Amino acid sequence: MSPTMTFRIAFKALGRNKMRTGLTMLGMIIGVAAVITLVAMGNGAQTVIEDQIKGAGTNMITVNAGNFTSGGVRMGVGASSSLTPEDADAIRSQVPGVQFVAPGANLRSQVVAGNQNWYTRVQGTDVDLPLIRSWATRHGSFFDTRDVASAAKVAVLGTTVNTQLFGEGVDSVGHVIRIRSQPFRVVGVMVSKGQGMGEDMDDQILVPYTTVQKKLLGITFIHNITVSASSASQTGSTADAIAILLRARHKIVPGQDDDFMIRTLEEMADIRTQAMGTMTTLLAGIAGVSLIVGGIGIMNIMLVSVTERTREIGLRMAIGAKARDVLLQFLVEAVALSLIGGVIGIALGFFIAQGMERWMSWPAKIPPNAVAIAFGFAAAVGVFFGFYPARKAARLDPIEALRYE
Amino acid sequence: MPPVIDISHLVKTFVVGEVEVRALRGVSLAVSPGEFIAITGPSGSGKSTLMHILGCLDRPTSGTYLLDGRDVSRMNKDELADIRNQKIGFVFQGFNLLARTTALDNVELPLLYRSGRLRTHERQMRALEALKTVGLSDRADHKPNQLSGGQQQRVAIARALITSPSLLLADEPTGNLDTRTSVEIMGIFQRLNRERGLTVLVITHEHDIAEYATRVISCRDGLIVADRPVAHRRDADEDLRKLPLEETVA
Repeated sequence: MSPTMTFRIAFKALGRNKMRTGLTMLGMIIGVAAVITLVAMGNGAQTVIEDQIKGAGTNMITVNAGNFTSGGVRMGVGASSSLTPEDADAIRSQVPGVQFVAPGANLRSQVVAGNQNWYTRVQGTDVDLPLIRSWATRHGSFFDTRDVASAAKVAVLGTTVNTQLFGEGVDSVGHVIRIRSQPFRVVGVMVSKGQGMGEDMDDQILVPYTTVQKKLLGITFIHNITVSASSASQTGSTADAIAILLRARHKIVPGQDDDFMIRTLEEMADIRTQAMGTMTTLLAGIAGVSLIVGGIGIMNIMLVSVTERTREIGLRMAIGAKARDVLLQFLVEAVALSLIGGVIGIALGFFIAQGMERWMSWPAKIPPNAVAIAFGFAAAVGVFFGFYPARKAARLDPIEALRYE
Repeated sequence: MPPVIDISHLVKTFVVGEVEVRALRGVSLAVSPGEFIAITGPSGSGKSTLMHILGCLDRPTSGTYLLDGRDVSRMNKDELADIRNQKIGFVFQGFNLLARTTALDNVELPLLYRSGRLRTHERQMRALEALKTVGLSDRADHKPNQLSGGQQQRVAIARALITSPSLLLADEPTGNLDTRTSVEIMGIFQRLNRERGLTVLVITHEHDIAEYATRVISCRDGLIVADRPVAHRRDADEDLRKLPLEETVA
């Protein structure tokens, strides 16, 4: 039998019982739409996270004292006292491709302003930090190199801290706050930056790192160094060069654990997007289960159909249909059910994703290959679940089939 | 002329559970082209089994069957399907038309399983011609539920004729029909046999139906027990004239 005839017969058979055909398709429609919608949502969220991290600057490199990635007894990040301001100077002067360097020392502390107080992170850093983070001040200005050299008690507030201590949008420049009972003069308030690198960038106070060392903690080492490479593409090689330099300076022999840890923002972005990707796959997998349920629905209805049409099958065989013809006829019917359901499901998924974007402002993005995969999956479901009923039909004995009541 | 059907020592054994049932115990028969044969016998006589083998729906356990000179007794299922399509036209007791499908589409169905493809137009022309032969060309677009039993059986006959078979096999073709319609159907068979020289084989358990044939074969216990020409052959057209009209079911 010609393929066109096979298709025509299959569609005729499907058209004979529209209610049943529609309900059977509904299983596929829901399954495919669920897969498309969830993939679109996961994918959209992933893109947003990626953009956020990229926006923070992919050329950023952080060096943390201590190490939690290698074996043996470990001390954890910040527990090592071997990272020094001289390391930062060496990075600045000896590593090619380095643009800005900011040594950092930090603590968490209660801060007081007038009758308000707030528990926050006090981040000791250098004048390069706003450049690395491309971060501007909203009021006043960032502290300068003289403040760093003299370990001046000056502070730049994140917006959250400013709001907690002085009220929302208040220009607090010139006021005095107390950190560990020591007065600090507010010289600037940063613009809001939001979440970045897993911490709230707005919930911190920035002071010269020298001040943290000398006035607040009484240490000579530093906790971290923030570096920016001159271009995003050089980030990897710059990070490697920093590692080599620090190993030499800290006299770490091969085989020995590093006493610092270097991470690039790109790495972190990768980890984040990877986690999101896993989530998306998981969700799509769960939605995929409904596709299988839809397939079982198709199989069920095809089995009923074969039984109902036993006499028809017998007649077709009597007038010359071969087993192959009968097999194809029912297989095409099953695949048509799943494919039409699949196409409608893709369209429905598209609409739902669009709706999510419009009314729930969830960024939905349907990857083109998801459509292809959903379509292919629907076809595969049709073939897989249609094959058994079709084979059952093809294996009927024409004499028995003609006698069937 | 070589016989259309030439079977010798046909044996068919079924295994039902642990018991062997011998449905045919060595049947030999030759049918020449243009014969009109009725096969009769009580249920269990083996006439259905014989019919299934003659119709190439089943294969004999032993013995040979030459159809139009070709040995079909050892063919595989696909080859048998082709033989059924090309050589045999089936008419069933229950009509077996496809529901919700027009008479025309029902009639052209066998052509769809032809290996050599025909154009849609040519298929429809042939289907229409076959419908004309049974006097139903004005019902081509009717569906089975819009046709009477007799009309449905005529559509089925048209479907059997469309492939120009060597042999028309009818299994209790009048079993579901009233007397007048039965005579009409037998009249169509007689006309096809007379005008086209079509070989017709009718299975029936009704003696008066068998008398429309030229030769009656009686089966019993898997054997042919009688094979005789019909002494006083009935003529369907003549019988129709005698039948009162009010028995007609439209």
